[in-house]
Amino acid sequence: MALDSQKTEGFKQIGTRPDRPDGVDKVTGRARFGADMTAPGMLWGVIVRSPHAHARIVKIDTSKAEAMEGVKAVVTRADFSDAITPAPGMRGEMWNVLENVMADEKALYDGHAVAAVAATSQLAARDAAKAITVQYEVLPHVTDVDKAMEDGAPVIRDGTAEASVPEGMHPNVVRYHESGQGDLDAGFAAADLVIEETFKTEATHQGYIEPHACLATLGGDGKGELWCCTQGHWNVQKVCAALLGLETSQLRVTASEIGGGFGGKTAVFIEPVALALSRKANKPVKLVMTRSEVFRSTGPTASTSMDVKIGMTKDGTITAAQGIFRCQGGAFPGAPMEFTAMCSFAPYNLKAVKQIGYDVMTNRPKQAAYRAPGSPMAAFAVESVIDELCNKLGLDPIDTRLKNASREGTQANFGPKWDRIGLVETLEAAKAHPHYATPLKPGQGRGISCGFWFNHGGETAVMLALSEDGTAQLAVGTPDIGGSRASMAMMAAEELGIPYENVRCTIADTASLGYNEISHGSRVTYASGLATIEAARDAVKKLCARAAAKWGIPEDAVKWEDGCAVPSGPNAGDHDPLPLAKITAKMGATGGPIVGHFEATPEGAGVSFATHIVDAEVDQETGKTNVSRYTVVQDAGKAIHPTYVEGQFQGGAAQGIGWALNEEYIYGEDGRLQNAGFLDYRIPVASDLPMIDTVIVEVPNPGHPYGVRGVGETSICPPLAAIANAVSNAAGVRLKQLPMSPPRILKALGKHG
Amino acid sequence: MQYHTPATFEDAAKIAFDAQGITRFLAGGTDVLVQLRSDLVEPDTLIDVKKIEGTNNITKNADGSWTLGVAVSGAEMSEHPELGNDWPGLVEAMDLIGSTQVQGRATLTGNLCNGSPAADSVPVMFATGATVSVTGPDGTREVAVEDIPAGPGKTNLAKGELVSAIHIPPRGQGGGDAYLRFIPRTEMDIAVVGCGVNLRVDGDTITEARIALGAVAPTVVLVPDAAAAIVGTKLDDAALDALAAAASAACNPIDDKRGTVEFRTHVAGVLAKRAAKIAYDRAKG
Amino acid sequence: MSKIHVTTTINDDEVEFLCDPRESLLDVLRDRLSLTGAKEGCGTGDCGACTVTVDGRLVCACLMLGAEAEGKSIGTVEGIATDEELHPLQQKFIEYAALQCGICTPGILVAAKNLLERNPDPTETEVRYWLAGNLCRCTGYDKIIRAVMDTAAEMREAS
Repeated sequence: MALDSQKTEGFKQIGTRPDRPDGVDKVTGRARFGADMTAPGMLWGVIVRSPHAHARIVKIDTSKAEAMEGVKAVVTRADFSDAITPAPGMRGEMWNVLENVMADEKALYDGHAVAAVAATSQLAARDAAKAITVQYEVLPHVTDVDKAMEDGAPVIRDGTAEASVPEGMHPNVVRYHESGQGDLDAGFAAADLVIEETFKTEATHQGYIEPHACLATLGGDGKGELWCCTQGHWNVQKVCAALLGLETSQLRVTASEIGGGFGGKTAVFIEPVALALSRKANKPVKLVMTRSEVFRSTGPTASTSMDVKIGMTKDGTITAAQGIFRCQGGAFPGAPMEFTAMCSFAPYNLKAVKQIGYDVMTNRPKQAAYRAPGSPMAAFAVESVIDELCNKLGLDPIDTRLKNASREGTQANFGPKWDRIGLVETLEAAKAHPHYATPLKPGQGRGISCGFWFNHGGETAVMLALSEDGTAQLAVGTPDIGGSRASMAMMAAEELGIPYENVRCTIADTASLGYNEISHGSRVTYASGLATIEAARDAVKKLCARAAAKWGIPEDAVKWEDGCAVPSGPNAGDHDPLPLAKITAKMGATGGPIVGHFEATPEGAGVSFATHIVDAEVDQETGKTNVSRYTVVQDAGKAIHPTYVEGQFQGGAAQGIGWALNEEYIYGEDGRLQNAGFLDYRIPVASDLPMIDTVIVEVPNPGHPYGVRGVGETSICPPLAAIANAVSNAAGVRLKQLPMSPPRILKALGKHG
Repeated sequence: MQYHTPATFEDAAKIAFDAQGITRFLAGGTDVLVQLRSDLVEPDTLIDVKKIEGTNNITKNADGSWTLGVAVSGAEMSEHPELGNDWPGLVEAMDLIGSTQVQGRATLTGNLCNGSPAADSVPVMFATGATVSVTGPDGTREVAVEDIPAGPGKTNLAKGELVSAIHIPPRGQGGGDAYLRFIPRTEMDIAVVGCGVNLRVDGDTITEARIALGAVAPTVVLVPDAAAAIVGTKLDDAALDALAAAASAACNPIDDKRGTVEFRTHVAGVLAKRAAKIAYDRAKG
Repeated sequence: MSKIHVTTTINDDEVEFLCDPRESLLDVLRDRLSLTGAKEGCGTGDCGACTVTVDGRLVCACLMLGAEAEGKSIGTVEGIATDEELHPLQQKFIEYAALQCGICTPGILVAAKNLLERNPDPTETEVRYWLAGNLCRCTGYDKIIRAVMDTAAEMREAS
């Protein structure tokens, strides 16, 4: 999208750090999250889940449960729409969602839902769930991505593969991606050193602290209300309507406060089940996942197996690069292998590059987006090889990356030419940072990595209604997952020229705005921000028109300055500035309500690059890693509320540290998840981490009125590689598998076994 | 589930003896409630012992020994002005269990009777030579701590029996104890390996030692060979190497989600050396 | 199954309730007393989102039975602010953006307040270890630690 007027300085609000509007609610316990809502006459729902990784469902006996005191409804797959049919690959996505929400003929992973019950109390529902007996015929299973591609591996679902998958591959390989350019053979031949390595990463979970929760009401008349914690309630509305055979508009969905999502709450899991129970019982049903259910049954990210080959000359020029990325995304298509492939070499200007991706199905839960889905793993593999090349050739890791860096006009590894981008600026800022100049202590290693994420625009609708007293009500449709209401209110206040405190931003329900895409792809501050600015400008235009009418001059002879309509141009005449509140005070008598709108699909989301610096030390006797210093440098385009931008940088780094060192899905021989809780799924705790330093680089995005780029996701792209490089440099041995757990590091050090 | 709050250990023992199905005793609840919530164990009878008089007391006896009530929390142990001077390793081991929140509730007795081979307070309890009072239908007897665990999640207590007090011996002259564990994070994990050391010195020479390992066998294990490796030495490098070798040799661990056989075996030796050095320094004052 | 009658004190108010013996204090607070400030993040004492005080000591409300509340004095996030005034920690958390999603915030505030009552001048390491049982997935803890340290400094100056 070409913008006729971009403003990147001279702001009154933008770049300041006001208190968030929902702050008091959240520090007093008043804020209502998914599980905090109740309804009169409400029942509690509980889902029965498969204990098997792969099993045919022979029989489900619900009779004992149904006879129990307080039980009001039991549902199975038969209670959902049968109008949705399977199709290959992502074309059958709605059927895939239905199949994931409630199993049909087969349970496809440990934790797959097979039935559900609603009763008058949570305890009664739990007791009833235990009384539902399911007879299974256990089938062979596979959970590892490489094993799932081997001849003879159990077939998850035949006929799922898209036509693009090369012939002769196992039916579990369901989608294929290939992109690149140039002559690889010539490129590798021109290199002084070629390194080719294989890397593996385990699946990690988004690890939001709030389990999925919803409160559903659905009557036999097909009219429903749904309250849930989600990153995208219009998507929930659309999916639930399809799965239950409802008219979309008859289901009103309200997004609760959301206790973390990171991509994991872009998908629908329990909401259709709660609605089905409610429809059957004709009462509201509350359904809240346990932590164990969250780990077993919602989407972790893909696990990967990757081969990366890079050639470099002695002066640090990359001559050719190739990556093969095998990603498993559970028992359904959708592992983000094309993102893995496309992000892999995005930071570099490459004449010869090729990337291949495979989407592989296994007996694991359906993967869901996790903060820049697919990109962090690619960076781990690619940036590790670059680090190794730098080590072997005696090159500085930042200078080498600068030498090969993508810039404006560079042809990207996956085709298009880059617009204005800020990679070089992040590398230069990292090089100039005191961290990079600080000498390492004995036993420490330093790691550098770049990272890339596309960012996204997407369907967006915003409404800004002015009140008689001159304040503004801003309704946006993207759930606030990290303080976005503050930045929306700041942008509206900036445009209207009124104090920040005079704008109240709320997340509207599905009945109050047009369709809004999910809060994903780092799109909120970009797309809802753009929409807010445009809606405010629409309101300003109407305010100017009222002033023009009052003054009896043409509308184009009025302009908006500092919250006032002022006459502009030679024939406008001499009128005192008319403040916003004076116009709105009379709006009832001068044409009625003044409301600004924006409904469109912004397509100018600028990509974002980052460079991270990490220092780590490794206990050579136990293999334990300590991250001692961490610096994030990232291009934000324009930081609307810098404190929350820093928060995104720090949060992504912290999640990356967990992914790199300790977090992993551990499956037993029986295909069951061994660590479905925060005790053994080890996310970083406060005492694990250092302070995380941040540098906000601002290279304006040409596609946003103020130059905003999304910042939420790029921050998790470099940490895996940056930490792996630091740990490898500290340990003196290259770590090629995540997590770099103490047993794995000790083994690499050759200290045992 | 029936919930009882008896006023005496004798009443508690009687309720337990008469109960049908699964019985659990509730002190800090940090294991019982987790098992209940996770559908692992739903007791038919739950006996809360905290209403019994004296269960929150920490008492230093005339001979210098200590008696700890069964509901004494980790936080109460850490905050006690004297216990940590005598037995810093024991107090530190207890303090390692879980979060600040868990410390407000978790107890030595619960940690022992939960029967986990990875229980943090148990190796050092073994090393101190602690005993427990066990009250049952036939009265109260005193049992060595190392006779309580029987295997993962199991104890040697009979139906109707419960631990009614913990006794820690007098510290005496020239003594020092220590506990170290390996966890992948800095907090909140279950020990992958744990090592408790208690020793006594005469001048620079170690005259007595008891060493126990956690998470390397079906129960916490005393390792007499490890103790023998350092008794009579000044904890020089050769003694430390012998200690590490003896500790590793005593390991009979499993591969699981927390660690491998090789890792546990190796790190048991590393921790034994490190813990012995701390205990030795403490013993020398 | 017969219910247990419990009389307790919550945020200085006397409260009575009936509960099933299997219900945790957290179940009772949230589902019987509508005090939904304490959150259930795990139900197993691993995340700290349900942190409350019981007779002045930090406890995960999910690791205590409702029946055990008899005769106790319980403090929750709803009791931190007095009248119209936020507690200094609450103010600082907003100012520092020490929360993003806010689900862990009630537990962290209860825990941090308890720390400052016991130790008005904690080191960064002491704050980090005290709060190690309170998981936050959004912030990387940086701004939380800074907010607690700065609140402590301000409260020391004010006293």
